[in-house]
Amino acid sequence: MNADRPAIAVTGICGNLGRVLAKLLHKEGQPIVGIDRRLFPGKPKDIEFHQVDIRKRKAEEVFRKRNIGALIHMGIMHDPRMSAEEHHQFNVLGTAKALEYCARYGVKKLVVLSSANVYGPHPANPNFLTEDAPLMASARFGDIRDLVEVDILAQSFLWKHPEVETVILRPVHIVGPTIQNAPSRYLRLRRPWVLMGFDPMVQLIHVEDACRAMIEALRPGLRGVFNVVGPGEVSLSAIFKELGVQPVPIPHVVARPLLDQLFKMRLSNFPPGELDHIQFQGTVDGSRFLKATGFRPKYDLRETIWAALR
Amino acid sequence: MNPAPLRLPGPTEIGDALRRRLQELAFRLGGDRLRERLAALRVHTNEFGQDPFGMDLDYVTTALGPLLWLYQQYFRVQVRGIEKVPPGRCLLVSNHSGQLPLDGAMIAVAMLMYAEPPRAVRSMVERWVPTLPFVSTFFARAGQVVGTPENCIRLLESEECILVFPEGTRGLNKVFARRYQLAEFGQGFMRLALATSSPVVPVAVIGAEEQAPALVNLEPIARLLRMPALPITPTILPIPLPSRYTIYFGEPMRFEGHPNDEDRLIEEKVQAVRSTIQSMVKVGLEERKSIFF
Repeated sequence: MNADRPAIAVTGICGNLGRVLAKLLHKEGQPIVGIDRRLFPGKPKDIEFHQVDIRKRKAEEVFRKRNIGALIHMGIMHDPRMSAEEHHQFNVLGTAKALEYCARYGVKKLVVLSSANVYGPHPANPNFLTEDAPLMASARFGDIRDLVEVDILAQSFLWKHPEVETVILRPVHIVGPTIQNAPSRYLRLRRPWVLMGFDPMVQLIHVEDACRAMIEALRPGLRGVFNVVGPGEVSLSAIFKELGVQPVPIPHVVARPLLDQLFKMRLSNFPPGELDHIQFQGTVDGSRFLKATGFRPKYDLRETIWAALR
Repeated sequence: MNPAPLRLPGPTEIGDALRRRLQELAFRLGGDRLRERLAALRVHTNEFGQDPFGMDLDYVTTALGPLLWLYQQYFRVQVRGIEKVPPGRCLLVSNHSGQLPLDGAMIAVAMLMYAEPPRAVRSMVERWVPTLPFVSTFFARAGQVVGTPENCIRLLESEECILVFPEGTRGLNKVFARRYQLAEFGQGFMRLALATSSPVVPVAVIGAEEQAPALVNLEPIARLLRMPALPITPTILPIPLPSRYTIYFGEPMRFEGHPNDEDRLIEEKVQAVRSTIQSMVKVGLEERKSIFF
């Protein structure tokens, strides 16, 4: 492999999302440098991989030695069972370090994977939140303030370092057969809870479409903050009807304390803050990204809904 | 032979049966006209029949059953001047009364059944509506949208017709002694009209005041119960009386100016709309021959 050809560095490459992205990038023949503190089982031979913690000096060494043209940063942990402090340390400090390396070693392009969850579902939300909407997620669900902080860190980097083309992507709920995030796990439940009398519109994106959006964001000249949407909005009840699942309606006044207890007793892996997503609207406007790149999802609404299961 | 096991219908079966019955009612009352008008509606729906804001035409048709019955048989609604409503984006601005927002529903039925082209009116609901179970879902599927400026601008820019009640609950829950006297108007609608250069169509509803004459509004108790109002009406229960409705549509009003002008400049324009509606109400009351018959 020609070491002088600028490579695309990917943090968090060993995650389920990271591996889908690596596969797509690999197929395009791009030289890839993976960085993750986890193991990479089944790694293709020609992917260069460094098993290091992004916060450690060894990770900086990769940037120093290797010619890196772009960084896709998705080394962000979403584990509801991990302590809030560990979460914060890894996500916020890890991102700060990744940004620092980009500025210091002349990386031209930076793509940060944030999430449309940073706006937070809320009853008074407009139906289509634009990129200018305030990031209110942690107002009602404190445990995810590190994700909001990651987004804000990246935003200030975007302004402070005009020499690095920074793109912040805020995709809607990513679903896919290998994905283990809350929305995908929720859609796989046989008897999912719904909140009685509530049926918000939700937006999903297929994991491959989310990865294609990240690759799209590498295009030269693109800079800024973008929501990324999938094939459109659909009500929660229509999703379950399509999947042939009979959800269990629970009154919202009971559901919150009940789930709180179940989560503490480790009988459920859904933190109670997630209930807002099945009660209130948190849908976003994806037109800015469409206008800037022409990106359209490959999977339609039905395929995307089923993607969580297959 | 075994007797067939006794099987109780589940909630979805009951729901489906009710939906079918209400849709039958809608088509019995609306006939072919309703079928044609629903077909002519310009709605962009997904594979599941929902538009991006969550409106569902199947659901709208279901709701139309009882609403058409109220429109035709109960309130015996008369419509004047609906041909003045322009095609494309517009803001319908109406007086608001009657304790229950049935005036909005009747305007929406009129626009669907008699406006040219047929329109699915979107009205702007209060921001706390999404916190209510069932009500939130019902409103969203029927095409009602949370009243944020962003939603309103988005809908107007896609050439939709929006219904606003600038009096809000101040108008809806006023007591009978203040009937047909318009409460203070908010300014939001005017700023939105200016931002999207949308015409404002003044609307006057006569008859809704008498459906639920409130003798008093027990505001302290309402506050205690966290309700917007607690009006005491002769029927006590929220059942409206069968008053005769007339809906007047006025000439579209066009305004020029900047949406962020200072309050004083906006207020002048708001007052122009308010006084137009007040005088339409006055004319309507003079023309009215009987309240209930």
